[in-house]
Amino acid sequence: MKKQNWLLIIAVILLSALPLWFAPQPAPGPDGQPGEAFGGADGRAQQAIGQVAPGYEPWFTPLIEPASGEIASLLFALQAALGAGVIGYWLGCVVTRDRWRRKTEGQTKNEEKPRAD
Amino acid sequence: MHIMEGFLPVEHALGWSIASAPFVALGLRSVRRQLNERPEQRMLLGVAAAFSFVLSALKLPSVTGSCSHPTGVGLGALLFGPLAMVPVGLVVLLFQALLLAHGGLTTLGANLFSMAIVGPLVAAGLFRLGRRLGLPLAACVFAAASLGDLATYLTTSLQLAWAFPDPAGGFAASLLKFGGIFAITQIPLAISEGLLTVLVVNALTRFNAEELRHLPLFAPQGKQA
Repeated sequence: MKKQNWLLIIAVILLSALPLWFAPQPAPGPDGQPGEAFGGADGRAQQAIGQVAPGYEPWFTPLIEPASGEIASLLFALQAALGAGVIGYWLGCVVTRDRWRRKTEGQTKNEEKPRAD
Repeated sequence: MHIMEGFLPVEHALGWSIASAPFVALGLRSVRRQLNERPEQRMLLGVAAAFSFVLSALKLPSVTGSCSHPTGVGLGALLFGPLAMVPVGLVVLLFQALLLAHGGLTTLGANLFSMAIVGPLVAAGLFRLGRRLGLPLAACVFAAASLGDLATYLTTSLQLAWAFPDPAGGFAASLLKFGGIFAITQIPLAISEGLLTVLVVNALTRFNAEELRHLPLFAPQGKQA
């Protein structure tokens, strides 16, 4: 089980890292400058809407926009940190509970069968 | 899978919101009922929600040269049923729509439908099918979580193709276009989500075996839950 877990983690890291080398180079934009590599798919969809329906005007704009890309990354990091914190708390609780359970089970067994030494 | 604020015509935005609304009510009822019956499941529901928070914040690079993120709702759908993930998805999407200008209020209904309704339904359905066929637990979890993730992005492509049919090729050409952007990008990410979900389920089966026994989809095979 432990080995399987490590293999899973390694596979996820490889799946996420390998595209950095193997993804196609972005096509140059209309100004001849190379396009942005690894932009968001959501943004690409927005561009595609512009191509399919050039006359479409968004009729509503976000109430609050993050003041900059840095602030946006702050909020994304916060979101991930909140989630990771809860998962870490859970793992800490259940691993400790498991350890205690084993310990007390071990003790009762030892009491039944006194050790030879 | 986030359709940007204002990027769905008014009728579509309204339609998807109306379509999603009853699921929100059903989802809230489902969560409340499960927590009333078994308050000790609160921690696991927290883990399922937290998993979705983490995964949907991680924008990962993909083979198409663009970035997208998993949704993480598959895990909760397997544990608590697909409906329970609707409120969780709503919280995630609201956080991103209000604070991050990622997604939006007008597109909330459509995004909720793809991420928190279609994704979890597909995941829970496939999981149930796989278990009934007697496939190993890890294989069922992997298939359910990754294909549920992919179903979300296919739904987004369908939603956009429906709203913006190609002037020449119509709905089909548009679907190919949006599918190419979302679904292809999502394939390696969906695999990652599947693998990570297996990882968490491994931990759950080891450390929370007692709690899992009371969850409908994880109930011992051939016995009543």
